[in-house]
Amino acid sequence: MPDPRFAKLVVFVNAVVPLSLLLWDGAFGSLGVNPVEFAIRTTGMLALIFLMLSLCVTPLRRITGVNYFSHFRRMLGLFAFFYGCVHLCLYFIFDRGFDLVRVVEDMLQRPFIFFGAAALLLMLPLAITSTNKMIKRLGAMRWKRLHRLAYVAAWAGVGHYYLLVKADTRKPSGFAIALGILLVFRLIYFLTHRPGAKAAVA
Amino acid sequence: MLIRKPDDIPDKEITPLKDYLNRRNFLRAGVLASTSLATGWVYRKLNFPKQPVTQQAELADLVVATTQPSAGGNGFIVNEPQTPYDSITHYNNFYEFSTDKEGVAPAAANFVTRPWTVSIAGLVRKPVTFDLDDLRKIAPPEERVYRMRCVEAWSMVIPWDGFSLSKLLERVQPLSSAKFVGFQTLLDPRRMPNQQTDVLPWPYVEGLRMDEAMHPLTILATGIYGRALPPQDGAPLRLVAPWKYGFKGIKSIVKISLFADKPPTTWNVAGPNEYGFYANVNPLVDHPRWSQATEQRIGDYFRRKTLMFNGYGEQVASLYAGMDLRRNY
Repeated sequence: MPDPRFAKLVVFVNAVVPLSLLLWDGAFGSLGVNPVEFAIRTTGMLALIFLMLSLCVTPLRRITGVNYFSHFRRMLGLFAFFYGCVHLCLYFIFDRGFDLVRVVEDMLQRPFIFFGAAALLLMLPLAITSTNKMIKRLGAMRWKRLHRLAYVAAWAGVGHYYLLVKADTRKPSGFAIALGILLVFRLIYFLTHRPGAKAAVA
Repeated sequence: MLIRKPDDIPDKEITPLKDYLNRRNFLRAGVLASTSLATGWVYRKLNFPKQPVTQQAELADLVVATTQPSAGGNGFIVNEPQTPYDSITHYNNFYEFSTDKEGVAPAAANFVTRPWTVSIAGLVRKPVTFDLDDLRKIAPPEERVYRMRCVEAWSMVIPWDGFSLSKLLERVQPLSSAKFVGFQTLLDPRRMPNQQTDVLPWPYVEGLRMDEAMHPLTILATGIYGRALPPQDGAPLRLVAPWKYGFKGIKSIVKISLFADKPPTTWNVAGPNEYGFYANVNPLVDHPRWSQATEQRIGDYFRRKTLMFNGYGEQVASLYAGMDLRRNY
């Protein structure tokens, strides 16, 4: 297997590519007819994609038996949080015009904003406890339990997207189906690997 | 000629050839560059459909507006910066072609609108089927600069070219029993490829109350910026009622019918609690899922307040006197 430090660099550089292109296009005024909407939509989409990618790591590792993939999990999750934060900032600046009161109003009145806020808020403790030091401090078991919140955050993110579209629900439904498959995989693994599972079957 | 090696660089400090061409670093740089290029390519591919250049013929008999922009008056010419032609023609909803606002223009680029007929039937004394040239004879297109407010909370200012719907209706002589006007878009899944999906019930239908249809602001548009309406914006003929949300402006009309009862309208059928029959622009009545208080004017970075009846209250508010606009959204 190649050097994980270099492989991580590859993932990092690729994860920064969309941000760089977004900034580049923004600087040259080529974000399309509605640049604000484009930037908000694209960063939201990136947050959701990275969250899904981070959730794919463990199933992929179990299916292939290649533990190497775990090297990327933390970085993918942190990029999901990062793009989510950029998404929130753009919404706060352009959609709400720097007005915190209007953000809170929006959150209480609009289910889709509430879901989005919940997704990001759920990712916050995961980002904070993502360091090796924090894993040690919490203990592996507690840390693992806490980080199952990533699934809840992903569902909130998908709900946020689903409630936003007018009639064509194909894209958010696609995310929902992918997430469902990941969850079913976890469930199967849990049922077949819990202590005493074999005894129960026998 | 003899070229001497400068004396100030000692031999041992000159990079050996084998390091200079370090195979490993070279490969790594290659991996970084190629994966980044691939990621960038996918990003661009997913986000920016190749946009066709929209070049339409100029309308021959266009009547340029003579009324000066004013605060009151008939509302025919709004005195606000006009949205660029490229934005109007490359960012809009036309679900028959694509549900992606920037995907409509490329998907509609080859949509042929000749020949084209529009039939007018129902509760009229003189039902008739027009072709496009007959329609043009009803009234020459005149310029109307209207605000366009989408239910999704973005807006434009569009210089339409068209004629008052009332002129067409007067021609077919509505019966006194006719209380509503219904419109229907072309149904042809081969020419309108997204009609092969079921994102909406097809064909797209819309409707107006008779007094709304007869209002001087309500036009059938055949052009934008003095040029023939491009396919992505509803060629060859579309409805424009500027005080209503954009989805009321049904595109590529093939049939107009007069009814005694309220006809079904597509978005109302698709989401009855979200899209009403009237769909008047109203900052006080929110869409159940998002606010209608503000809007993003295309070309601006920050939002502006949405105006009651999209700023056409002086002209149309009387149509709804005594009506509960919260219930009749």
